[in-house]
Amino acid sequence: MKYQSQSVAKAYFVAAMALFAVQVLGGLLAGWIYVAPNTLSEILPFNTVRMLHTNSLVVWLLLGFFGAAYFLIPEESEREIHSPMLAYVQLAILLLGTAGVVVTYIFDLFHGHWLLGKEGREFLEQPLWVKLGIAVAAVIFLYNVTMTVLAGKKTAITNVLLLGLWGLVVLFLFAFYNPDNLGLDKQYWWYVIHLWVEGVWELIMASILAFLMLKLTGVDREIVEKWLYVIVGTALFSGILGTGHHYYWIGGPAYWQWIGSIFSSLEVIPFFAMMSFAFIMVWKGRRDHPNKAALLWSLGCATLAFFGAGVWGFLHTLHGVNYYTHGTQITAAHGHLAFFGAYVSLNLAIFTYAFPILKNRDPYNQVLNMGSFWLMAGGMCFMTFVLTFAGTVQTHMQRVLGEDYMSVQDGLALFYWMRFGAGVAVVIGAFLFIYAILVPKRQEIISSDATVAAE
Amino acid sequence: MREVMTKSMARNIFYGGSLFFIVIFVGLTVHSHIYIVETSTDTAGLTESVARGKRVWEHNACVNCHSLHGEGAYFAPEVGNVMTRWGVIDDPEGAFESLKGWIEAQPSGIEGRRQMPGYAFTDEQIRDLAEFLRWADRMDTQDWPPNEAG
Ligand code: HEM
Ligand code: HEM
Ligand SMILES: [Fe+2]
Repeated sequence: MKYQSQSVAKAYFVAAMALFAVQVLGGLLAGWIYVAPNTLSEILPFNTVRMLHTNSLVVWLLLGFFGAAYFLIPEESEREIHSPMLAYVQLAILLLGTAGVVVTYIFDLFHGHWLLGKEGREFLEQPLWVKLGIAVAAVIFLYNVTMTVLAGKKTAITNVLLLGLWGLVVLFLFAFYNPDNLGLDKQYWWYVIHLWVEGVWELIMASILAFLMLKLTGVDREIVEKWLYVIVGTALFSGILGTGHHYYWIGGPAYWQWIGSIFSSLEVIPFFAMMSFAFIMVWKGRRDHPNKAALLWSLGCATLAFFGAGVWGFLHTLHGVNYYTHGTQITAAHGHLAFFGAYVSLNLAIFTYAFPILKNRDPYNQVLNMGSFWLMAGGMCFMTFVLTFAGTVQTHMQRVLGEDYMSVQDGLALFYWMRFGAGVAVVIGAFLFIYAILVPKRQEIISSDATVAAE
Repeated sequence: MREVMTKSMARNIFYGGSLFFIVIFVGLTVHSHIYIVETSTDTAGLTESVARGKRVWEHNACVNCHSLHGEGAYFAPEVGNVMTRWGVIDDPEGAFESLKGWIEAQPSGIEGRRQMPGYAFTDEQIRDLAEFLRWADRMDTQDWPPNEAG
């Protein structure tokens, strides 16, 4: 570790991994309720489990991004973080909010209360006080990292990363706007959801990947940074108007069917570019970095993001197709592989890279870590495939033939069993990963020296 | 590529192009906002009751089992067109009665069937919910869903 203050990242990463465990266990329980629907139905109904699953996902990814920023900004800016103290305060606020959310959902406390009760729009269910807490934490964060960057060296990586983080926070403000008109509600709801994952988060993803490539492959910074601008350019040029793919059937004007179809199809380009970029950098790179597991996660991230977001996104994005697949298991299939490939793998890549450095030790447990990659990636791909089959059958039976929803679902039981099996693999993989990162080990399996941060 | 484009060119294209698309998007947002308020939704019919119904829908996290106009969870049926499916879209009293009957029959407790939780709603809450769902069903959704199954 070159800079002392980088160690705040460790606290963020550990908290993120704890929530990751909660998230996959929640997913597993939700998957179990699909095959054994009477489970806990009176105490912990499906909707509560699902909120815990999706909310913990988003929160741990955010914690990971914040931690990654605190980890890489000192190295890029060549100076300590403006205030490590503020970084811990920010984390404390976020963890308090998270605990509040869990208790509020499970016990349905303060039902209907304007400040303390849950708000109940998908993914934005957090009570208002938690949203306000998130906003305060976000402002602290932006202040802290912006001050650090402004005082230090400015690179394309920190530039793009900061832009992504600022965008993330600004767009979050739309979570506070909930009009009575359902059409308007939906229109601006997507400002948070779509413009996050297909807009500003892509900036964060590309800059973290660029940082990892720089460190792991030793390719020339000029080349990496030029690519970075090209990639994030294609991401925003396509992703902003690509929001239209959510405006087809929610009360928007018909022109979104064309604008949405065309621009969201172009969204495949940045994901293809990130994948090509990663492989070309590794191929061209002269450095043989000892942290093989971090390289595997980085390449896995770029590849699975291309398939999950790019290919599975394109699969149902044209309005003629989406008319039939909208809101079926096809959407769930895409949501899973896209989130896993792009943002889960990204976080696990930076954790894998950073931990040996943060703890000032060798990257041990690499074989276990790589094993967990294959288990998780295999599990998520299998889950995506079976949900895609389920979604195809559902689309045909329900949307084309017009059969009743519940009876169609009964016919899909086999796929849901296989999804549950895939979920077991993912959960085991997640726990192996956490073990490999956190539990120390004496003997080395792959190599010896990676405590030296590259460059 | 070094000759074709320099880093600062790439950066300027990124900033300029993004700004360009943001401006277009904001313009279309304004237009769509007006279109939703004036054309595709029944603004005049957005009564207090409809607005209260939307809060009931939210406070009980219905969207984490059901979908509404195709958005939400996929565990339970689409409800954006449920009032059409039940044949009560133009019948406030019938909508209230049907919804009340449905809510009060839950949870079904049938072994192996997905369970909808039981809710102790007041009659007013059920009426509000029914009004909200009727209002949502009347939105112009470009003919989605393809059929009554939702
Ligand atoms: C990493 C990037 C992405 C992530 C994390 C992601 C995630 C998701 C999620 C979670 C949903 C469901 C939202 C809901 O609950 O209603 C969704 C919907 C959708 N996504 Fe993505 N997505 C990504 C990229 C893309 C791309 C690049 C495309 C197009 C090429 C795309 C096309 C779609 C479409 C068309 C829908 C709507 C599905 C429906 O009509 O039900 N996505 N996405
Ligand atoms: C143990 C593995 C997992 C299982 C069994 C599982 C299961 C589920 C289930 C049953 C749902 C609800 C679908 C519905 O509404 O009907 C869901 C939603 C969701 N899960 Fe998972 N999940 C798992 C892991 C993950 C992971 C690793 C991610 C992130 C990469 C993830 C992201 C999501 C998202 C984004 C949604 C909302 C999807 C949408 O609205 O389209 N899940 N999951
Ligand atoms: Fe999208």
